Amino acid sequence: MYALLWRTIPGPVWARIIIVVVLAALVMAALVEWVFPWAAETLLPQESTVGG
Amino acid sequence: MFGTLVVPRFGDDYVRPIAGGVDLSTVLNNRQIGIGHYSETQMPGALGNFAIAAHRTTHGAPFSQIAELRIGDRLYVETSDGWYEYAFRGLEYVWPTGVDVLAPVPQAPQLEATDRVMTLTSCNPRFSAAERIIAYAVLDNWYPRADGPPSAIASITQASGR
Repeated sequence: MYALLWRTIPGPVWARIIIVVVLAALVMAALVEWVFPWAAETLLPQESTVGG
Repeated sequence: MFGTLVVPRFGDDYVRPIAGGVDLSTVLNNRQIGIGHYSETQMPGALGNFAIAAHRTTHGAPFSQIAELRIGDRLYVETSDGWYEYAFRGLEYVWPTGVDVLAPVPQAPQLEATDRVMTLTSCNPRFSAAERIIAYAVLDNWYPRADGPPSAIASITQASGR
């Protein structure tokens, strides 16, 4: 999968490295901004109240 | 937000707001508030049970040290009327369905209230929501706002800028 990504990105090696780093940063920002808060509220609700 | 909780045992700078309701997204998970009041229970100082809930881990963890309380420890609830001083009595561990701890007489819903108690609820074990830890405190004293904060916490409330 990563080999395919590497081959698909155009340019010389140094350009590909920069592009991969930027893409990784974008993916991580999207995770932290949207995915993780959704997961924290939906998948692991921390309940500290009593009730049904 | 109608009040503030000051507990010297939790730290010299422990001052946390209390808001009405125990809604997760607006109160308990809200870093600006953190402590929620069960709206079906009584208000601070009233005959009956003043019950509040907060996280033990995550979202600022207002009750992270709830198990460190010792008998006689003071818990102060500040409202617009003044300061209510509660004395800690003991801990109890219940299931998440243990709503009887919110009754006017905790764990005795059939009784009429004759005392003024405060109940704190949080999750137990610390990183799990499998059970609940309950802390009980009894009203010991009260200081009207005109007299200023009780001396024991005057420095704490001053430092927090209230």
